[in-house]
Amino acid sequence: MILATNNKKQTMEESFGGYVLHNVPFPTELDEDALAALKKMGPILIEQPYSVTYLHSFGQDSPFFAGLANGHLLASRDPETGYTYGTPRGHDMATGNETEWVEIPAEGTVHAFTVCHFGSEEFLPECPFVLAQIEFPGVDTLFMARLTGLDPAEASLEWIGMRVKGRFRRLSKFKPTDIYFYPA
Amino acid sequence: MRSVYAVSGGVSKFTKARPDKTFQAVVKEAYDYALLDLALEHRRFLEVVDGSVASYFSDHFSRQLMAGIMVQDYLGLCPKPSHRVEGGGATGGICVQEAWKAVASGYMDVCLAYGFETMSHVATWKGNEFIALASDVSFDYPVGGFYSGYYAMMVTRHMKEFGTTPEQMAHVSVKNHMNALYNPYAQKRERLTVADVRGAPMVAWPLTRLDICVMSDGAAAVILCSEEGLEKLEEAGATINRPLVRVAGIGRGTDAMRMADRPHDNYEEFLSRYLLPHEDTAETRSYYRGLWEEGFRYPGIHSFRAGRMGSKEAYRNAGISDPQQELDFVELHDAYTSSEIQTYEDMGLCRYGEGGVYATSGKAFMPGVDYGLDLPELPRCPVNPSGGLIACGHPVGATGLMQGVFAIWQLQGSIGKHFSDPTLQVAEARRGAIHSHAGTGTYVTVTILEREV
Repeated sequence: MILATNNKKQTMEESFGGYVLHNVPFPTELDEDALAALKKMGPILIEQPYSVTYLHSFGQDSPFFAGLANGHLLASRDPETGYTYGTPRGHDMATGNETEWVEIPAEGTVHAFTVCHFGSEEFLPECPFVLAQIEFPGVDTLFMARLTGLDPAEASLEWIGMRVKGRFRRLSKFKPTDIYFYPA
Repeated sequence: MRSVYAVSGGVSKFTKARPDKTFQAVVKEAYDYALLDLALEHRRFLEVVDGSVASYFSDHFSRQLMAGIMVQDYLGLCPKPSHRVEGGGATGGICVQEAWKAVASGYMDVCLAYGFETMSHVATWKGNEFIALASDVSFDYPVGGFYSGYYAMMVTRHMKEFGTTPEQMAHVSVKNHMNALYNPYAQKRERLTVADVRGAPMVAWPLTRLDICVMSDGAAAVILCSEEGLEKLEEAGATINRPLVRVAGIGRGTDAMRMADRPHDNYEEFLSRYLLPHEDTAETRSYYRGLWEEGFRYPGIHSFRAGRMGSKEAYRNAGISDPQQELDFVELHDAYTSSEIQTYEDMGLCRYGEGGVYATSGKAFMPGVDYGLDLPELPRCPVNPSGGLIACGHPVGATGLMQGVFAIWQLQGSIGKHFSDPTLQVAEARRGAIHSHAGTGTYVTVTILEREV
C-alpha cells in the first residue's frame, strides 16, 4: 500500500547515534591555497555523552514523601497565622516562622490543568498526560499533580472546579507523583 | 544615579542551530555589529570600555561551565572586570539592567552587555528537560517536567477566570509571525491565520506549536555608557548615532518558583501593593471590586505578580503614569502567546482580565501591516513589532539583549537601516519598554528606554 501524503513538511524523527568516525578528509598538502580553503570547511560535530547520578535530599520536606509512601497527605501550616501550604515548605513566607506538619484529606478540586502532548525526554513515553494544580479546602496554596481517569483528547475548561480524590501509589517512588488524582 | 545611554547594539540572527561557530564567535558577530554601527575600531573600543556583563542561562546546554569568561577572552576584553548573570528566561533583561547599574552608579563609563545561548547541542526533548530543571526538582519537575505544560496550566486558569480564548491567543501568534515578515533577524517569518495556529500540532492544551517560541542559538550585545562615556567613545573615533537613547528607568519583580506557592490575595492587598497609578480611578477600582466579588484572587497562577512589580517600579523610575498613553512600543517576553496576553495586563496596557480582548482589539498591532484580521481598533502601542520571541526565537541569554537592540533601533529611528525595510519602524517612537521574563514569572525585568529630544 502506498500512503499518499501531500504534507511537504513531513520529516523523519531526528536522533543522535551513528557511525564512529576515526578520520575526516583533509588536504594532503597544506599549501597556501589548502590552508585558505580550510575556512570553507564545515563544522565537525561529535557526541559527548554526559550522565550523572545525584543523591538528592528532600531535606526538611522529607516527611512529606514518607507520608505519601504510607498513604498520608501532609501540608505545612504556620503555627501563628494558620496559613497552610498545599506544597510543603519549611518556613512561612510572611511570618518567617518554621511551619508545622498537618495531615489533610486527599480530596480537592482542579484549580487549573493542561494536557501535555509532548514533554521532556524523561516523560515523553507518558504523553499525553493530564497535569493539574489541585486546591484543597482550607489550604491556601496549591499542589501540582497528575490527573487520571480523563480522556486527554477531550480537554475542557469544564475540568476546572471538578472534585477529585487522591490515590497513593502502592509501590512508592518517593516522588510527588506517589499521589495522583482522579475524578471523585 | 547618572544618565545612562544605550548607544549601540548588535544581534546574530537567531537560528535553530549554529554548528558553524562556537558561542564565543557567535557573540563576536553581535559585538562586531555594535561596533560597526558606531564606526568604531575594536582596538579603540578596548581603550575606552571599562568592563562587561555576560548573560547566559544554562551550563547544561553547552556542557561548559564559566562560558562567560570564554567570551570575555575571545572578545579581547581581559583583564577588564566582568561577571555573569543568570535568571532563567530573564537573564538577558537582567544583564541589561546590571550593565545599567554599572554605569549609573559611576563604576563604569562604558559597559558592554553581551548574551548568548547554544541550545542546539542537545535534542529538542532533552532541551525541554534542561529547561524544566529550572522548576523545583523536588516538587515540579518529577510531576510535569515541561515548561509548556506549566504555562498551559496558567492560561487555562486565565481562561476560566476571564473567558480568554485560544483564538485570542492565536491573534498574538498571527501578529508576531506577520511582523517578522519585515524583520530579517526573525527566523519564523510567516503569514498565518488564526485557523493555522489552532490547527498546528497540540503541545500542551490549549497551546499549539505556533503558540510557543523555539529554542535557538544566538547572541546579542548592547553598549551602555555615561555622559563621560559618550565623550570617551567619540574621542576614540566613534560616531554616536543620534538622537541619543537613554535608559529612563528600570524595574524588576520576583515570584515563588513553584506556581503552587503563589498567593491568592484579597482586594485590599491588591489595591495597596499592585495597583498602577493610572488604574487608581473610581471606575477601575469598581471594576476590580467586581472581579473579586466573582472570586478573582491575586496573583494566583493566572497573573505574573513579578511582571506587575517590575512594571510598577520601572514606570515610577521613568516618570510614566499611564503606560498605554506614554509608551510608543513594547518588546515583551512572548515565549508563549498566552504570556503576551497575561503581560498586557501586568504592564497595565489593559486591566487584569482584559488581555484577551486587548489581543484582538488591534491596539497592539503595527500600523501599515496587513494581518488579514478584522481588527476593530487602530494600533496604539505596538507590542513586539520585531516579531518577539515567537518569531525571532529564544536563545535564552541573548533574548533580553535582542529586545534591547531592537528598542535602541526603534528609538534612533534606524529600523529601516538595520532591517533594510522601514515597515516595522514605529513612527515618532519616543519611548519604549523592554520586558524580560523567567520561568512561570519568577524574575521579570522591565526597562524603559527613551529618545533624547
